[in-house]
Amino acid sequence: MSASAPSVSPLRSLLVLGCVAAAFMALFMLVDVSGPWDFVLPFRGKKVATALLVGYAVAVSTVLFQTVTGNRVLTPAIMGFDYLYVLIQTCLVFFLGSTTVAGLDPRLLFGAEVIIMVAFSAMLHGWLFGMARGNVHLLLLTGVVMGVLFRSLSSFVQRVIEPNEFIFLQDRFFASFNDPEHELLLLSAVLTLGVSVLGLRLLRACDVLVLGREAAINLGVDYQRTVSWVLALVAILVAVSTALVGPVTFLGLLVANIAYAVMRTYKHAFVLPAAALIAAIALVAGQFILERVFRLDTNPRVIIEFVGGMVFIAMLMRKATR
Amino acid sequence: MKRAFAAAAVLVTLAVVSLLIGASDVSWRALFAPEPDERALQVLVISRLPRMFAVMLAGTSLGVAGLIMQMIARNRFVEPTTAGTAESASLGLLTATLLAPGLPVLGKMMVATVFALAGTALFLLVLRRIPLRSALIVPVVGLILGGIIDSATTFFAYRYDLLQTVNAWTTGDFSTVLRGRYELLWVTLGLTCAAYTAADRFTVAGMGETFTTNLGLNYPRIVALGLLIVSLVTAMVVVTVGMIPFLGLIVPNLVSMVMGDNARRSIPWVAVSGAAFVLLCDIVGRVVGHPYEIPGGTIAGVIGSVLFLYLLLKRGARVG
Repeated sequence: MSASAPSVSPLRSLLVLGCVAAAFMALFMLVDVSGPWDFVLPFRGKKVATALLVGYAVAVSTVLFQTVTGNRVLTPAIMGFDYLYVLIQTCLVFFLGSTTVAGLDPRLLFGAEVIIMVAFSAMLHGWLFGMARGNVHLLLLTGVVMGVLFRSLSSFVQRVIEPNEFIFLQDRFFASFNDPEHELLLLSAVLTLGVSVLGLRLLRACDVLVLGREAAINLGVDYQRTVSWVLALVAILVAVSTALVGPVTFLGLLVANIAYAVMRTYKHAFVLPAAALIAAIALVAGQFILERVFRLDTNPRVIIEFVGGMVFIAMLMRKATR
Repeated sequence: MKRAFAAAAVLVTLAVVSLLIGASDVSWRALFAPEPDERALQVLVISRLPRMFAVMLAGTSLGVAGLIMQMIARNRFVEPTTAGTAESASLGLLTATLLAPGLPVLGKMMVATVFALAGTALFLLVLRRIPLRSALIVPVVGLILGGIIDSATTFFAYRYDLLQTVNAWTTGDFSTVLRGRYELLWVTLGLTCAAYTAADRFTVAGMGETFTTNLGLNYPRIVALGLLIVSLVTAMVVVTVGMIPFLGLIVPNLVSMVMGDNARRSIPWVAVSGAAFVLLCDIVGRVVGHPYEIPGGTIAGVIGSVLFLYLLLKRGARVG
């Protein structure tokens, strides 16, 4: 990271990050091709596209969430958002029955899931922020326990579904980095793009939100409305990333905090793309190093969780919770 | 006294129900007829009774383990799954399974105990380094630490194709308990009794190091004893039936709301309530998913986290 010198402009840091990300993507695509190119390139391209999308969704949702909560330790994943999505998905399958679900257009299903997710998370988090106003520690612990609750409920519902049906479900719904469905990928890309276009109008307001609730209101931001909008966008992005690869707990925390450190600015126009690029680098480089260098057949997620958890604890040790 | 009778009645009722439900027919008539049904008797002795004992022993010992941890860490929200103890025990088991596959269960259990001790000690060390410690941050640190240890376990389990085995350790499931496969759990009863005899010391230790030393007691030794009991219990439960989340947190907290914080008075109550709670979870799991079973640990996870949230939002605002 060449951004240690104070004179480096945010724009230049972004360029460097972009080049690094592109380099890793090229490496991942082109090194070690042992088969027909017209098979290998699309196959790997899909992996890279997934990593990019997931990285973008996780990074942007985390930074926005931290802006709204005014805290650098809370992330949507730590607050149980990911598992909420898994729970909604499991319940849908349970109530509709797997045969119906199998016959449904995946796009329709995904759309329904996203809508339920946004509504539900708005309710839940509205209630939660009201309950624990100003008490970050309480909010954090409640979020973590909520995550555990959603996870237990999902596994409970999965057990109530017949075991044979459940196996079918697992294959179909709990995706991995390696092979998300083509249609889902396309749909996620469209959704993410839509969210980004909507989000552009909120960027300025978000920059003001960093100053805190009172200051933002004094400066003329419609606080309640902005926060509700941002949280809705966060919910959609979480739905996208969870649908593609399942829950990732600490990736967001990791990339958001690296982005703050590298960019040294509060402007979302710089921080958001930086965080997204760092996430893409982490995922693609992680996959590349694991697959080609160490010859391991392991998801980079496990490694990211391990490192991210350490960072989280280190942050708590450094009194990072305001 | 009245309360004690009521509690005993509830526990006995649950235990009897636990004996009578299941796939094959075991009823009073079959057992106590002049010509007792041979098969029903066998099912009772080989499967149902062991299962009931395993459930009660796990509930009792985990509840008391949680109480001891709360006294030692001086925090209401600490228990084996919020301090990295259970996850460390799993990692220890995996290590033993990979490096010494031929080890008998007792040996594996010892390895798991050593890991559980190390993990819990690590947790306590991390806690010391956290400035401005709010009571609520403690379990967060423990849960995340558990997650980190868990990801290490997952990493190796995935590589050596042992994920299913690891899952069995992390979800308490009593459906596989048979005679000859759970007897290790009786040791936890001994440990619970040991905890009871040392109860006053844990109460004093809960008042802090200076206070304990001023009374002429050896504080580090009490802490070491407590951690040893907790680690042994956790390792045994993980090895035989799998972990039951949040039990050690919920039961002592609910008991202390009624009884206060004197360990000598509350340990028997925690023991009985813990057994009753897991019995209830196990029964629910057997009835709801009929003809399949839902593991008692999954039910406990749902009920436990709901109760945890309730405790948090009821008391948390005051603790934080």
